[in-house]
Amino acid sequence: MASVPHDHTHGHGHDAAHDHDHHPTGIMRWVTTTNHKDIGTMYMLFSFVMFIAGGIMALGIRAELFQPGLQVVRPELFNQLTTLHGIVMIFGAIMPAFVGFANWMLPLQLGAPDMAFARMNNWSFWLLPPAAILLISSFFVPGGAAAGGWTLYPPLSIQSGIGMDMMIFAVHIMGASSIMGSINIITTILNMRAPGMTLMKMPMFAWTWLITAFLLIATMPVLAGAVTMLLTDRHFGTTFFNAAGGGDPVMFQHIFWFFGHPEVYIIALPAFGVVSQIIPAFSRKPLFGYASMVYATASIAILSFIVWAHHMYTTGLPVAGQLYFMYATMLIAVPTGVKVFNWLATMWRGSITLETPMLFCLGFLFLFTMGGFTGLVLSLTPVDIQLHDTYYVVAHFHYVMVAGALFSAFAAVYYWGPKWTGWMYEEKLGKIHFWWSLIAFNVTFFPQHFLGLAGMPRRIPDYNQQFENWNMISSVGAFAFGLAQVFFIWVVWRMATGKSGIRAAAKPWDGAEGLEWTVPSPAPYHTFETPPVVK
Amino acid sequence: MASSSNTNSGHYFVPQPSHWPIVGSIALLTSAFGAVGTMNHFGWGLPVLLSGLGILVFMMFGWFGSVIKESEGRLYGANVDRSFRWSMSWFIFSEVMFFAAFFGALGLARLHVVPDLASIDNKLLWPEFAGTWPTTGPYIDSPFTPMGAWGIPAINTALLLTSGVTLTIAHHALLKNERSKTITWLAATIVLGLVFLGLQVYEYIHAYSDLNLKLTSGIFGSTFFMLTGFHGFHVTVGAIMLAVVMLRLMRGHFDAKHHFAFEAAAWYWHFVDVVWLGLFVVVYMM
Repeated sequence: MASVPHDHTHGHGHDAAHDHDHHPTGIMRWVTTTNHKDIGTMYMLFSFVMFIAGGIMALGIRAELFQPGLQVVRPELFNQLTTLHGIVMIFGAIMPAFVGFANWMLPLQLGAPDMAFARMNNWSFWLLPPAAILLISSFFVPGGAAAGGWTLYPPLSIQSGIGMDMMIFAVHIMGASSIMGSINIITTILNMRAPGMTLMKMPMFAWTWLITAFLLIATMPVLAGAVTMLLTDRHFGTTFFNAAGGGDPVMFQHIFWFFGHPEVYIIALPAFGVVSQIIPAFSRKPLFGYASMVYATASIAILSFIVWAHHMYTTGLPVAGQLYFMYATMLIAVPTGVKVFNWLATMWRGSITLETPMLFCLGFLFLFTMGGFTGLVLSLTPVDIQLHDTYYVVAHFHYVMVAGALFSAFAAVYYWGPKWTGWMYEEKLGKIHFWWSLIAFNVTFFPQHFLGLAGMPRRIPDYNQQFENWNMISSVGAFAFGLAQVFFIWVVWRMATGKSGIRAAAKPWDGAEGLEWTVPSPAPYHTFETPPVVK
Repeated sequence: MASSSNTNSGHYFVPQPSHWPIVGSIALLTSAFGAVGTMNHFGWGLPVLLSGLGILVFMMFGWFGSVIKESEGRLYGANVDRSFRWSMSWFIFSEVMFFAAFFGALGLARLHVVPDLASIDNKLLWPEFAGTWPTTGPYIDSPFTPMGAWGIPAINTALLLTSGVTLTIAHHALLKNERSKTITWLAATIVLGLVFLGLQVYEYIHAYSDLNLKLTSGIFGSTFFMLTGFHGFHVTVGAIMLAVVMLRLMRGHFDAKHHFAFEAAAWYWHFVDVVWLGLFVVVYMM
C-alpha cells in the first residue's frame, strides 16, 4: 500500500524502483490515477484541447465578422458559436488550466505528498470530459447548441431547444467538478502544509488559490440553483423567470451574476498568484508587500460578492441601486491597485531579466491593467448604459481574460514547464510566441474598443458598413493570434519531448524561491512523502 | 477546529489508483443524456436515465466501500481525519449556498417582483393583479389554498427537532462506547426522519388533491415545492447516511475515538434540520 513509510526526505532519491505499487499502465494509468502530477497534466491537456475548440469557435465568429453581411455561418450557428465559445473558454479552458497548475504545484509548494483527497481529485478531473462531450455534441442535436449567450438569460434560454438542456447538465457536472476540486484544494492548503510553513509563509500562488477555492464553493452551488430553476421552468411548469406566473426574467440575472461576478475573480486570482511568483523570480527580489497582497486578494474576493448588479444597469434597477453598485464596483480598483503597485515595486531596482515567463507577466501587467481601467469605465452607470452589450464590453473582458488569465497561464507553462518535463523550452521560440501573441492580441481586441464606442452591438452576425475596417483588422488579428497558439503547441512539444535539447536544472531560475525548486526536474512521481521542514 | 498550526507532520495516506471515479463519470454522463432524453419525450430517455442512476449507485457502493475498508484498516491517521473534517464542513457550506439560491429567489419574488408586477408600471398590462402573497402571478388563473403552518409542518418541525436531540444522545452514548444505546437512539433518529418524509409525502398529496397547490401554481408553487422538495431530498440523503452509520455500528465499526463518519452524518443531519427551520419560518409561517 502507498501508506508504507519511506525514508525519503525533501523528495530526493526517488527512482523507478520506488514504483513497487501495482499501478495500471497505458491508458488505465491515466484513467485510474490518484497522483496529483498525472491529474495536473491531464487538466492542462484537457484545458488546451478545449482552448483549441473554443478558439475554433472564436475564429468562426471572426470569419463571419470579417465583412458586413452574412457569408460564413448562419445567424443561428453564429449565436451557438458565441454561446459555446464563452462557456468552453471559461469552464473548459481557463479554469481547468489553473486547476491543473494547482494540482501540479500546490503539493510541491506546500511540501505535501499529494492532494488531500487523491481519489476525489481524479473524479474532479474525469467529470470534465463528460461535460465537454455534452457541450460539443449539443451542436449536432435538433435545434443545435444553446444560443442564448453564455449567461443563459431567460426567456431565450427557456424557449430554446435540446441543446440548452445539455448545457444545463454540463454546467451541473462542471459545477460538481469545481466544488470537489475546491474542497480538495482548500483542505490541502489548510491541512497539508509542511511543518513550519505558516499561512503567512505560503507562496502567493497558494494564497490566491485558497481564496479562489472559497469563491468557487460559495458560488458554484448558486449557479447550480439558477440553472436548476431554468430546467424546471423549461420542463416542469415552474415560473421563476416568467412574469405571467409572478416570476421575473431579471431574477435569473440577479442569481446568475451573484455567481458570475465572483467567477471573474475565480479566473483572475490564480492568475495574480502566478504573476506574484514569477515577477519576484525574475526581478531577483522578494515580493513587495506580501501581507498586503494577501489582504488585497481577500478584499477583492469579499467585494466580488456585493457588486453583481453592475452587469445589470440596463435592466431597470432603481437609481439608488445603480449608485450603490457603481460605487461598490469602483471600490474593487483599490485592492487591485494595491496588487499592481506591489508588482511594480517588486521590480523597482531589481536585477530584471526578460525570459519568456517574465515577458508574459509584463504583458499581463500592462494589458490586464488596461482591462481593469476599461472595467472602471464600465462601472460608471451612465457610461455603461451607453456601452452595455457593445463591443467595448467584449474588448474589456478579453483584455482581462486573455491578456490577464491566458497570458499568466502561458507564463506559468514557461516558468514551471521545466519542472514538469525536465527540459527547458527554447528561449528564442518562447520570445517569438510572446511577441506574436502580444501583437496579435492587441490587433484583435484594441479596435473592438473603437467599435463599441461607435455603437456596434455584440453577439450579432451582421453589422453596419461603418464598422467594416476595424472588424476586418480585428479578424486578421484573431487568426494571427490563433496561429500563434499553434506555434505554442510546437514550442511546448519540443520542450516536453526533450527536442529542445536543454536539460532543466532542479532550479532553472536563479531568482526563484520555494519548495518546488528543491526537488529534481522533472519532479519525481512521488515527492515529499515525508514532509520537509520549513524554517 | 484545525488551525494554521495544524500542518502535515506525519505520513499521509494516499489511496491507490481507483476505477471508481471513471465509473462515476460514466454514470453522470449516462444520466445526463438520459435526463435530456426523458425531458424531451424520447422513448429511450427514461431507461438511459435509470441505468445512469443505477451505475451511480453501484459506484457509490464501491467507492464508499473502499473508504470504509481503508478506515477500518486504520490507514487514516490524525491528518487524514482533519482533512475529512475540513472537507465535510466545506461541503455543507456549499449546500448552504445551494439552498441560498432558492431562498434568495423566494425573497426576491416576494419583496420585489410580485409588488412590482402590481405596481403602476404594470397596471396597463394586468389591472386586476393585487400583488398579495401567496399568488399564482398575474396570468395564471388557478386559485389555491396555501399550506397552513400549524398542521403537518408544525408536527414536522417537532419531529426534526426531536431527531436532533435523539442523535445527540446517540453521539454521547458512542463517546462512552455504549454501542447498543448508540444504535437504539440512532434508530430512533432515522425513524423520526422517515416519519417526517412520510408526512411530507402526505402533505404533497394533500396539496395537489385538496388545496390545488401545485408545482405549476405560479411563483408560490415554484418556490414552495422546489424548496421543500430539495429539503426532502436532503433529508432522504441524510437518513441514508445515518442508516449506513447504523449498519456499521451493528457490525462493530467505530469506537469512542474513531467515528468521524458518525459525526459527518450528524453534522449533515443538523444542517438539514436548520434548513427546515428556515423553511418553516419563511415558507410556511410568513
